[in-house]
Amino acid sequence: MAPVTQDASPPATHSPRLQFKTYLLLLIMIIFGPLGNVLLGMGMKHLSHGSWSAAQLPALLAEGIGSGTVWLGIASLITFFVANILVLSWADYSFVQPAASLAYLVVAVMGRFILHEAVTPLRWAGVGIICVGVAVIGRTPARTTEGAP
Amino acid sequence: MTMEVILFILVMAAGTAGELCVSRAMKTIGEVHDFRPKAILKVIGRAMTISWMWLGLALMTTAFLSLLGVLAIEEVSMVVPVTAMSYVLGTLGGKFFLKEKVTSQRWAGVLLVCAGAALVILGSK
Repeated sequence: MAPVTQDASPPATHSPRLQFKTYLLLLIMIIFGPLGNVLLGMGMKHLSHGSWSAAQLPALLAEGIGSGTVWLGIASLITFFVANILVLSWADYSFVQPAASLAYLVVAVMGRFILHEAVTPLRWAGVGIICVGVAVIGRTPARTTEGAP
Repeated sequence: MTMEVILFILVMAAGTAGELCVSRAMKTIGEVHDFRPKAILKVIGRAMTISWMWLGLALMTTAFLSLLGVLAIEEVSMVVPVTAMSYVLGTLGGKFFLKEKVTSQRWAGVLLVCAGAALVILGSK
């Protein structure tokens, strides 16, 4: 393994700078992740007309890879992915993954207003509880593996 | 229907395993300080030399194709919250694979997330 070159700034685990960086990247993740999924859903449902059989699936996936809407979704998910791997270079996975789950609220809102999906009260409640879970997890420190290789 | 369940499981299991591999690769690189596009590309280039990153990308591609299949029939506002069930897998992976400390408070949050995902499924029948 190559030695890691560090910048002049020390690795201040709980500094405001690191927190700002973390929350900025989380914001990018919770916008572009859901947007990507909405675009994928839009593109795939347009192709499938709402159903498929196991035999049709490979052809449908191939068609999906050729769809412009699906590619817009992929571009959005790549933005999400880059933000995700950058934030994972310093923050714990078991902090980042739950914190990024605010995206579930965003995806329900986008599904309701962009795709006109019928989001039932029980589904909203479920999404709300997911967000409460996120708030509980958000109060735990962002890094626990100090000095790990 | 059974095919759909298999795809759902692939989205969660392959997706979580893939993210854990990617996370492990990125921890090898260390904290990213420079956010100029050129520097980010350099970090990505360096990440691509780590085999954990390639295994992670293969698993995430599998999860992605499965997700496309599921999204072709189910609503986005149902599919995406249900994949929150992978939080248990992710937290276990963080604990045992990446040696992160998982506090009881974090476990409580993860359980709430799972309860929410269960309600989303119940709200879709």
